[in-house]
Amino acid sequence: MQGSSRLVLAHFWAAFATFAVAIPLGAWQMLVRSPLHQWIAPELYYRAVTAHGTTFAYVFPTLIAMGFGYAVCAVSLGRPMRGLSLAWISFALVIVGAAMALATVAAGKANVLYTFYPPLLGSPYYYLGILVAVVGTWVWIGLMVWHVRRWKIDHPVLPIPLAMFATAVGALLWGWTSLGVGAEIAFLILPNAFGWTSTIDPGLARVLFSWTLHAIVYFWLIPAYIAFYVLLPQAADGRLYSDKMGRIAFLLLLIFSMPIGLHHLFVDPQIGAGFKFLHTVFTGMVVVPTLLTIFTICASLEIAGRLRGGRGPFGWIAALPWDRPFVLASGFSMVMLGLGGASGIINMSYVLNSTVHNTQWVTGHFHLIYGGAVVIMYFAIAYELWPRLTGRPLAAPKLVRLQLWTWSVGMLLVTLPWHLVGVMGQPRRMAYYDFSNPALASQGVWVTVSAIGGFVLVFSAALFIGVLLASHRGPTAAISPLKFSLAVNPPRRLPKSLNSFGIWAALVLALTLANYGYPLAQFAFLGKSAVPAFPVSQNDRR
Amino acid sequence: MSTLPSDVIEESERRWAYVVAAVIGLMFAVIIFTSVHWAAQPPSNVETIDASRLHLAGEFVEENLGTAVQPDGSVIVRVIAQQYSFVPSCMVVPAQTPVVFRVTSPDVVHGFLIMDTNVNSMVVPGFIAEIRTRFEKPKTHLMPCHEYCSVGHDGMWAHVKVVDRQEFTKSYGSQPRASCAG
Ligand SMILES: [Cu+2]
Ligand SMILES: [Cu+2]
Repeated sequence: MQGSSRLVLAHFWAAFATFAVAIPLGAWQMLVRSPLHQWIAPELYYRAVTAHGTTFAYVFPTLIAMGFGYAVCAVSLGRPMRGLSLAWISFALVIVGAAMALATVAAGKANVLYTFYPPLLGSPYYYLGILVAVVGTWVWIGLMVWHVRRWKIDHPVLPIPLAMFATAVGALLWGWTSLGVGAEIAFLILPNAFGWTSTIDPGLARVLFSWTLHAIVYFWLIPAYIAFYVLLPQAADGRLYSDKMGRIAFLLLLIFSMPIGLHHLFVDPQIGAGFKFLHTVFTGMVVVPTLLTIFTICASLEIAGRLRGGRGPFGWIAALPWDRPFVLASGFSMVMLGLGGASGIINMSYVLNSTVHNTQWVTGHFHLIYGGAVVIMYFAIAYELWPRLTGRPLAAPKLVRLQLWTWSVGMLLVTLPWHLVGVMGQPRRMAYYDFSNPALASQGVWVTVSAIGGFVLVFSAALFIGVLLASHRGPTAAISPLKFSLAVNPPRRLPKSLNSFGIWAALVLALTLANYGYPLAQFAFLGKSAVPAFPVSQNDRR
Repeated sequence: MSTLPSDVIEESERRWAYVVAAVIGLMFAVIIFTSVHWAAQPPSNVETIDASRLHLAGEFVEENLGTAVQPDGSVIVRVIAQQYSFVPSCMVVPAQTPVVFRVTSPDVVHGFLIMDTNVNSMVVPGFIAEIRTRFEKPKTHLMPCHEYCSVGHDGMWAHVKVVDRQEFTKSYGSQPRASCAG
């Protein structure tokens, strides 16, 4: 892969190593708080939740996005990457930061959960580790943007290849949205953790965290969307319906996914009703790029199905090559995206949010979208890239299909019951529930179902790692190089707005100012709301 | 692929754009209608308080916590959420009466959720969360803290007892600050 194979493989293996540890932790958490198990010491539970959340929020998807970005850069621009040593430095920073944060968690010094809302305070090394990892990703952002610029200078009139265009969108989006949590750690938490400040403003910290917390999900999602546009049509023997529509969808994600984060704070007392409503409206707008993507992908698949002889309004669906891992994974992904998207629309509603806020419904929602729809596409990407990276064909295609099936079934078994008990009012983040209480008894059976789903996921994760390992050790063979899907009508020229980022970046700035300017500035004149920090305890005081 | 010229593709995309606009429009219409019709608004009062002095003076001193009947018959319930309990741990309110909860925290972020209702708020230290609601029927609701507040979080459950209006006046009317906490 233009000399980038080792780099990409290092990112993917590191990501999947953290995945292999964090998935069993998640399943264990579901087991110990279910009726199938005795109550355990809550400290251990929260330690495991912090490790699981920190891995899956800051480490695993970050490494996948970076590794996939390097692969796209090499393949779509068709020339070797420059600045490989910078890329390795960036990788090392992410690994060192992640190791520092996770070791602190493992030592029981930072049971703060991945959202670490102040004034609860863990060891400074936890936050420092996350900050180092985030800084590491900024090097990657710089590399992606630099390669787009270099390529544009050499090809002034050609459209930037869609895959690279979208990767640059993901990089810019992450660059802007990571500033929220970066500022929270650098200016509020660390000064307090090291004893330089005596108080911390929890309201301000929550607003800064929300700056990151919504758009980070799109940073995780963008590799999956890129795969839909540039790998899926080809994997199904079709063509991409519209290259232009893809660009528009990614640009809409860029401008709408960040200035909407206050929807996580709908029931927070430090934000006024006006800004909450404003963020509801913009959150509604972020549905648009997903609806455009669903249209374009379905149309591309219809082309594939008809080329393969499918007839009638639905016959083309049956004619698709569902035995190919990429097509199968994408089908599952779209089902989970549809269900998770519907539950997300309930979260984002200014009114309905009160029914489900911070209940298990929310956990169900983001596990379905991210753990289901997005992560299954990470699997598909890995299966597609592995032969190209290792020069060895994928081992055991039957097991690959079983892996994708079990992941989807497991995810639905885990998340649908969570939605249900969430509506019944079950709060999230509890080490145990008293199911002997008649008001909670009816939730027990659903919690049990989701715990079983957790073990289906562990089985699927083990299969996944097994297939990758076996393939990596298999015999070498001639492998066709990776190519990206062609559009039905590949664009020869594009308007400047669809081939550059300047005006869109300006729009992001303007929207951020409009939607976050006052909610942040208000803390300068609201009155005293800062409080001393409370170190997270090692055991409960009851 | 010559069977799919760009104008055919663009026409289909235009039709889809109408569908998208209709879906988003309907969503907003429902949200605006329901929030106006039921006057449903999340707690958004933006009111600060000095969290380190709660127990010393002002609205949240211990003898002021619990349910206070207002001259107009409505009630205000003042609650402190702290590691790892609510004070009072059992709140009593009359049914079919406007109820205002005023909640704050002296330590970390907590959650305030009355199960089987839409009462749901974050409790952020330094701020007072004010939630307006009304309970139709007598019933005892569970009230868990729904934000992680350190390792005793899972034990932080309280109760909200909704009683008939007459019964409330009879049993609790004489107390200046009513509660059902033992
Ligand atoms: Cu969000
Ligand atoms: Cu709590």
